[in-house]
Amino acid sequence: MAKILLEMKNITKTFPGVKALDNVNLKVEEGEIHALVGENGAGKSTLMNVLSGIYPYGTYEGDIVYDGEVCKFNKIKDSESKGIVIIHQELALVPEMTIGENMYLGNEVGRKSAIDWDKTYSEADKYLKMAGLTESSKIKVKEIGTGKQQLVEIAKALSKHARLLILDEPTSSLNEEDSKALLDLMLSFKKQGMTMIIITHKLNEVAYVSDKITVIRDGSTIETLDCHGPEKISEDRIIKGMVGREMTNRFPKRENVPIGDVMMEVSNWTVQHPKYTERNVVNNVSMNVRKGEVVGIYGLMGAGRTELAMSIFGQSYGTLLSGTLKINGQEVKLKKSPSDAIKHKIAYVTEDRKGNGLVLSQSIKVNTTLANLAAVSKNTVLDKDAEYAAAEDYRQKLKTKTPSVEQLVGNLSGGNQQKVLLAKWMFAEPDILILDEPTRGIDVGAKYEIYCIINDLAAAGKSVIMISSELPEVIGMSDRIYIMNASRIVGEMPASEATQENIMSMILASGRGD
Amino acid sequence: MKKDAKTVLKDNTMIIVLVLVYVFFMVTTKGAIFMPMNFNALITQNAYVFILACGMLMCILTGGNIDLSCGSFVCLLGALGAYFMVTRSMGTGISIVLMLLVGILYGCVLGFLIAYVEIPPWIATLAGYLAFRGLGTQILSSNSSTGSIAPIPENFLKLFAGKIFSTKLNVLNVPCLVVGVVAVLLVAFLNFRDRANRVKKGYEADSMAAVAGKTVLLGAVIMLFAYKLAMAGGIPTVLIWVAAIVLLYFFVTGKTTIGRHFYVVGGNKEAARLSGIDTRRIMFVAYLNMAVITAITTFVVLARFQAANSTAGTNYEMDAISACFVGGASAYGGAGTVPGMMVGALLIGVINLGMSLMGIDANLQKVVKGVVLLGAVAFDIISKKNAK
Repeated sequence: MAKILLEMKNITKTFPGVKALDNVNLKVEEGEIHALVGENGAGKSTLMNVLSGIYPYGTYEGDIVYDGEVCKFNKIKDSESKGIVIIHQELALVPEMTIGENMYLGNEVGRKSAIDWDKTYSEADKYLKMAGLTESSKIKVKEIGTGKQQLVEIAKALSKHARLLILDEPTSSLNEEDSKALLDLMLSFKKQGMTMIIITHKLNEVAYVSDKITVIRDGSTIETLDCHGPEKISEDRIIKGMVGREMTNRFPKRENVPIGDVMMEVSNWTVQHPKYTERNVVNNVSMNVRKGEVVGIYGLMGAGRTELAMSIFGQSYGTLLSGTLKINGQEVKLKKSPSDAIKHKIAYVTEDRKGNGLVLSQSIKVNTTLANLAAVSKNTVLDKDAEYAAAEDYRQKLKTKTPSVEQLVGNLSGGNQQKVLLAKWMFAEPDILILDEPTRGIDVGAKYEIYCIINDLAAAGKSVIMISSELPEVIGMSDRIYIMNASRIVGEMPASEATQENIMSMILASGRGD
Repeated sequence: MKKDAKTVLKDNTMIIVLVLVYVFFMVTTKGAIFMPMNFNALITQNAYVFILACGMLMCILTGGNIDLSCGSFVCLLGALGAYFMVTRSMGTGISIVLMLLVGILYGCVLGFLIAYVEIPPWIATLAGYLAFRGLGTQILSSNSSTGSIAPIPENFLKLFAGKIFSTKLNVLNVPCLVVGVVAVLLVAFLNFRDRANRVKKGYEADSMAAVAGKTVLLGAVIMLFAYKLAMAGGIPTVLIWVAAIVLLYFFVTGKTTIGRHFYVVGGNKEAARLSGIDTRRIMFVAYLNMAVITAITTFVVLARFQAANSTAGTNYEMDAISACFVGGASAYGGAGTVPGMMVGALLIGVINLGMSLMGIDANLQKVVKGVVLLGAVAFDIISKKNAK
C-alpha cells in the first residue's frame, strides 16, 4: 500500500445555524487521483476550503495530517508553501493582464522593490509548456479561450510547486474536447507522481481519471469507493451514494403525451456575428418543433446552439441575414427586441442564469414576475398581492426550496435558482420554450425535478426545445434530436434511434467545418 | 417573521445617526436648532436636496450612474429664467414653460447620448458640468453689470417661496396644524389598512404593536414639524412641492412597473433585456427625468434667492448624490429607496444648519461635513456586516 499523503480526520465545521461538515474523513494516497463527489451543498467545497486554510485552524474541529505531520494552516499561503494548491471553479484570472502577470499575481518574482519581468516570463513559459500550452506568456488572458485559461490556472499551480493539486469543477466551463485534454493532462501528471483531488459533477470524468472516489452527502462522508477493486463502479452506483437512494431512472418518462401540429418552424436561418460580420454563427438552419414535443438540440460548445436560440428570440444575439420564422403556420417577422418575441409566446431560458437570467439582488417574487409584469399590474400600477400570490403559486408548483418568496435569489442554491428562472418564463405563459442547458451545474436530485417540469410542460401542450451538451440527457429527454456542428444542423433523428455513438459519429463525419 | 429589537435597530442605523447628530447640535447650539425658525430653515434651505435627489436616485438605480451636470444646469436655467422674466419682462407662465422646455431638450440630448450612443454618464454629464456654469455666467454678465439678475417678479416668488396662510412669528398658525393632523391620520389609516389587508390574505405582517409604534413615532415627528412650522408663520410653499415630488417618486419606485424596471436594469441589465425590458429606454427616461427635476429645482432656488447669480447650484450634484448614497442606495445600482434618500438628505440638511448656527468657519464646515458623512456610512455598513 502506498503512503498516505493526506488524511483529514473527523473534520467538523459549523457556520451559524448550520453544520456544514460533520465528522468528515478523507484519506488520499500519494500519487493517486481522488475524486470527491456529492450534490451541490453537500460540503465538498467547504472541505477543500478547510484544507487550503481559507477557514483557518481553530475555526473547525478535527485534524489535517499532511505528509505525516499535523498541519495548522492560518491562510492560503501556509498550505501553498507545503505544496497544497487549489484551483477554484470560477477562474481567478484578470483578463486584461498577460498570462505571465496572472501566473505570478501576488507571488511576484524579483526583488522587493521591482519585478524581474524577464525571469517572470521565462519561468511562466516553462510551466505553460508543462501544462501543454504553446502560447507565449506575454499575451493577454482575454485573448485565449476558456479551455486554455483553465490550463493557465494549472500552470500557475505548477509554478507554486504543487504536490497535492485540488481541482474544483475544472471542466464545468469547458467543451468536450478541452475537457478530455484536461483529464489526459491530469493522467500524465499522475504518472510523474503528483497527487490530485478532483471535484466534479460529471460522473463519466470521475470514471475516466480517478483511482478512488469519496462520496459526501449532507456534510458527512458516505463511503470511499476503490475503482481498482473487484467490484466495477458504475455511474448508478455512485449516484446511489450521492442521493442516498437508488435512482432507477434518471429521466422520468413522459406518458401519453400526444404530439400535435407544427408549432414553430424556422427555415434557412442564417445569423451574422454581432461584431465580426464576416462570420456566420448560424448557417442555413431549418428546424421545427410540434405541440407537446420536446426537441433536443445537441452540439459541442461553440456549435452555434445558443446563437440560434437567441436569434430566434427577437434577435437578442447577432443580426439575422436570411430566414423565415413561422408560428402556427403563419410567417412572423419579429422586431429586434425580446419583448416582441415574448408577445409571440416564445420564451428563452438562458444557459447563464447568473449572468443574464436572474437579478440576484432581487427577491424570488420580483424575478418570477419580471417577464410578465402586465399580468400583475393595472395601468402600470403593481398589484403587490397578485404578485405575491403568483410567486407563491410557482414556488409550490416547482417545489422551490426557500423560506419565503421574499428571499433574495442570490441566496439560493443553483438548482433552486434554475427553478426560479423556469418559473419566470412559465409565468410569461409561452407556447414555445427554448431551454438552454437547463440542468447545467445543478445536482442529480434537482436535475430530476427539472426533467419532471419539462415533462409537465410538454403534457400541457407546450413546445419545448432543449439545448444540451450532455448526451444522455438529450437522448433521455427528447422526442426528436437535432445535431448541430460548426453553425449548421448536421443531422436529425428520433430519440428512439439515437445512441451516444451514432450522434458522435454524425458530428465527426460532418467535420470541423470552416 | 418577528423582528427583535436588535434587527429593528440595525435596519434603521441611519435614522439613529440622524437623531444622534440632531441631539449633538441641540446641545452645541443651546437649543437654537430646535427653534421654530430653524425648522422652517431646515426645509427651505434644503428643498433643493430633496427634489434633486429624487431624480438622482432614479439615475443611480439604473446602475450607479450619476449626473454631474445638474448643479451647473441650475445655474444656467436660473440665468435664462431671470433673463426671460427680468431683462425681457416676459410673463411668469411663459417663462416657466420656456425653462421647462430647455430642461426637456437637454434631457433628451443627454438621454440620447447616454442610452443610445452609450457614452458613460460620468463623461456625458461632465461636459454639462463645465459648460453650463460658463454659459450661465456669460448670460448673467452680459445682461447685468453686477453679474446677477434681480429682482425676480413677485408672482413667480409666490409660486415657489414664501408661506401659505402666512401668520406672524410665534402666533399659532391653525391651517398648518390642521394639515399636520390630517397627515398623521392619513399615515395611521394607511399603515393599519395595509396591515389588515395582509392579515386578511394570510401574508406576513408586522405585529400590531410594531405597526402602532411605527405610526406613533412617525406621527410624532409630523406633529412636531407641524407645530414648529405653525409657530414659524405657516407652511412654507416649497414644502408642498417637496412633499408632492417625494410622494410621487415614492409611489413610482415602489408601486409601478416602470419603477420595477429601474431596479431590475440596475440589478442585471442583460437579464432585464432578455426579459423584454427596453433597457435603453429606461436609461433615456432616467436622464430626461433628471433634467426635468433639475428644472423644478431651479424654480425653487431662483425663488429662494430672488435672483439669478453665477454661484447658484454650486455642488448641488454632490449633495444629491450624497443624499442617495448616505440613504443606502447601492453604488452599483438596483437598490435604494426614497425614504432612505430622505433620511440622507435630512442628515445633510441638519449638518449644514447645525454648523452654521454654531458659527463654524465655512472651510471647517466642509471638513466636518465630509468626515461626518463618511463616518455615518461606515457606521451603517459595519453594523449591517455584523448583523449577517
